[in-house]
Amino acid sequence: MSEEAVAQTPSRKFHLVPLGIFILLCMVLAAGLRFDPKLVASPLIDKQAPHFSLPVLARPDESVSPESLRGKPWVLNVWASWCTACLQEHPLIVDLLAGQTTLVGLNYKDAPSAARSWLDNWGDPYTLSVIDQDGQAGFDWGVYGVPETFVIDERGLIRYKHIGPLTRAAIKEDILPLLRRLQANSQT
Amino acid sequence: MITVAGRILVALAAAATLSVASAGGIEVVNFADAEQESRYMDLINQLRCLVCQNQTIAESNAELASDMRDVVKEQVLAGQSDDQIIGFLTERYGDFVRYRPPIVARTAALWFAPFVVAIIAFLLLPRLANRRRRVAIPASEQDNAKRLLSE
Repeated sequence: MSEEAVAQTPSRKFHLVPLGIFILLCMVLAAGLRFDPKLVASPLIDKQAPHFSLPVLARPDESVSPESLRGKPWVLNVWASWCTACLQEHPLIVDLLAGQTTLVGLNYKDAPSAARSWLDNWGDPYTLSVIDQDGQAGFDWGVYGVPETFVIDERGLIRYKHIGPLTRAAIKEDILPLLRRLQANSQT
Repeated sequence: MITVAGRILVALAAAATLSVASAGGIEVVNFADAEQESRYMDLINQLRCLVCQNQTIAESNAELASDMRDVVKEQVLAGQSDDQIIGFLTERYGDFVRYRPPIVARTAALWFAPFVVAIIAFLLLPRLANRRRRVAIPASEQDNAKRLLSE
């Protein structure tokens, strides 16, 4: 009898261990479900914006580079006329972002004529768009799913990246507050 | 016999078609020598396409994968080393493009957690096994069994 009692005490103590492991596993898996594997953190955050020097869509004899935009924070939005998700975010850009900052469109792997008529149709919220016809600049910026949006600070560092179509929440809660902070910084 | 041979032929043909299909994304590339070509093949088979994330850039037909293959091709032809080429891509797309992530502090858990769990399991195993053996047949049950057997 006494041996039985001794043998049972430790096993009682460990009874809850499988349950504990199970709950832990559930928590890990639940956290995993919240991640979107399509969103890959960019290694370019807090790095210098990659160089390009590309013709301006409206005035192809002029060219613009990230270096020429230094001194004030700006936003780069990667778009194309063939990109349906770009059309989805477009009204939000027109309503919420246009006029708030220097807004550069990177027209990615597109035909300039198609790009121009797209802007004519849907409105042009951009300060200017640049033509990245072979996608080299997009590649250097780590673009893998158009549309993508970057916020660059006054020193030319990439501070924020949004992959996929912008949402009202992303603009109002992330991009605009960040721009306000950066704009305040660059004025002091 | 004929049907068996026929079936084997069909199976082989199917396998051949499949392997051709999976290599469908690869363009003909003219390399200077076999070493460059094998390096190219090796590299595109260990880099991940970010659009279709469970495929290498060798397998994927996505446009980005084809761009990435072009970059690898150009750099192999330009005489860049494997590390330089992988570095060029991770600078832009992050460590995620590598199917074989580097061993750094951030990925330590990924690389070493399985070994740690295995070591813990091996340390605990004898203790758990011992306890179970002791609980297996209580003394009263053993007495009971002896009594029943001797009857």
